Amino acid sequence: MIAQNVVFGVLAAAMVLSAIGVVTTKNVVHAALYLVVVLAGGAGQFLLLGQEFVAWVQVLVYIGAVIVLFLFGIMLTRAPMQPKESLDNDLKWPGLVVAVALVGILGALLVDAFEDTEIELEAPTRTIEVTDAVFRTYIIPFEVVGILLLAALIGAVVLARKD
Amino acid sequence: MLLNQFLLLGAVLFGTGVYGVLTRRHTVLVLMSIELMLAAVNINLVAFGAFSGSVAGQVFALFVLTIAAAEVGVGLAIVLLIFRNLHSSDLDDVDVLKG
Repeated sequence: MIAQNVVFGVLAAAMVLSAIGVVTTKNVVHAALYLVVVLAGGAGQFLLLGQEFVAWVQVLVYIGAVIVLFLFGIMLTRAPMQPKESLDNDLKWPGLVVAVALVGILGALLVDAFEDTEIELEAPTRTIEVTDAVFRTYIIPFEVVGILLLAALIGAVVLARKD
Repeated sequence: MLLNQFLLLGAVLFGTGVYGVLTRRHTVLVLMSIELMLAAVNINLVAFGAFSGSVAGQVFALFVLTIAAAEVGVGLAIVLLIFRNLHSSDLDDVDVLKG
């Protein structure tokens, strides 16, 4: 239990610091790389919770595909690597107030609602249980998501095409 | 492990994402902040899934992941289109609807 909490603490600290890096860094490529750390930390948390399948899907889809897409986006929009002007607008303080208020309200609600509820982990969830649920209970949402992906694929091609 | 430690981590990441969406000017950085919020939601879903002992949390997290991937694809296509038409990736320059 103690070892798990130590791992959680290290991962959580790395994730929060990198998340702050994503929203404050002056270099767009660094922001994408900080995002990798956040998402990898998230995958680590999923492993800690014994949910292996979704952890590896997170690594494959997010770190493997989404970050590469972001890097392509940065390349194609010729984002400034060493920007002279700031990447932030002048809403810094209102934004900070909104974010801190949101975290404060959410945190107070969560502490009030769940106090010290423990997660009882017997064994990691096996992949067969997840896939069984996807292809039995959630078969219709699964098909709908397939159609959504197809629509997104066609939409992205149509939008980005030059003619 | 407490359920709350995961939920609070999700809340902090979500708040950071909100801050990014509000303060960033570059379109790709705003998309990244949205990804940050989606990742925070995923942590909540998986934590509740582990807490309740059902696989529903994991399955929902998988759906969120899929939708995030689709969103990034379409979002970057839109960003590219904005860049091609306005020669800028600065959100403050996208004000053609202003009268």
